[in-house]
Amino acid sequence: MIRKFFVLVLLLGLMVIFANLLFGYVMDKELNASAHYYAEHTANDLGAANIVTAIIVTYRGLDTLGEVTVLFLTASIIGLVLARSKKQKVAVLPRKSPSPGELLVTGSYLLVPLILLLGAYVFINGHLTPGGGFQGGAIIASASLLLLLTDPLRHFSHRLISRVESISGLFFVGLGVLGIFLAGGFLDNRLLPVGTFGSIFSAGIIPIVYSFIGLKVGAEFTSMLINLAETEKKEEQSK
Amino acid sequence: MSWIAMTTGFILILIGLYGALTNRNILRIIVSFTIANTGVNLIIVAVGYMAARTAPILDEAVPIAEAVDRIIDPLPQALVLTAIVIGVGVTALMLTYAFKLYEVKGTLDISKCKELKW
Repeated sequence: MIRKFFVLVLLLGLMVIFANLLFGYVMDKELNASAHYYAEHTANDLGAANIVTAIIVTYRGLDTLGEVTVLFLTASIIGLVLARSKKQKVAVLPRKSPSPGELLVTGSYLLVPLILLLGAYVFINGHLTPGGGFQGGAIIASASLLLLLTDPLRHFSHRLISRVESISGLFFVGLGVLGIFLAGGFLDNRLLPVGTFGSIFSAGIIPIVYSFIGLKVGAEFTSMLINLAETEKKEEQSK
Repeated sequence: MSWIAMTTGFILILIGLYGALTNRNILRIIVSFTIANTGVNLIIVAVGYMAARTAPILDEAVPIAEAVDRIIDPLPQALVLTAIVIGVGVTALMLTYAFKLYEVKGTLDISKCKELKW
């Protein structure tokens, strides 16, 4: 009872702070200095139509590299925590899972290629339309989630996933380092010509880097899902 | 419009914190954190909004020359994109630890884990 009281007092205090913030908030009329710079210079300097993408991939590309590293660490820690020693594996034949049903199976065969295509479209067009590597990667991972839903015992190739992940990570960093020598700095997108504004082959290396990010994020999310799903599988086996 | 999003965000943070502080089941705590996380993202995006302006994507509707007067602040959106992705990673890690906890203790109730209690 006394715990609940303290929690309520704490939340009430926070509510007062939030109310102050909310009622004291004045919407900006003009862009602030950094946003003004991005709005003015992105199109001419980098050739990207989507300013958010330009910020993520080029202006703050180092942050994105850190973010991708955090995701990679998360995926590996999940793999590490859920991995079990081989001794614990009990040699019992896996329980046959109930049939997922005709609709789910046929629907997934129809949808999975389309979802993968949409994911690729989203990350290749990241510099022109809303979307980009992270969103496209998440869409690609949702295709593998659909496959897992249809057949929870399906086996995915861990080697393929980790290859895709490491190769795209390597290319991402490699292109960034090339930028130091051939362009303005680490992850500068003007390694390739900026091109015509608004066409798909424009904005230098932004589409290429964002595609690698998309593949990497997709592989990482997929490996998280698979690790979680396979734990369940082992659980069933050892019962 | 942006005050609606902002109020919703603050309310979501409060709901999430309340859930995280009062629940004893670790899965419910994780869900509460996710709710609070959503609230924070909503607030950051709402702060970037400016009246009578559009998304920071330049095309026929928003020519390059008029961009400064027509688009909203792109930076909060880029930051929220980062925050969402990291949020997914954190949630996945929390779920993994919850699974491990269940495996070791056989319970999801954190009031039964007393090793670090003094």
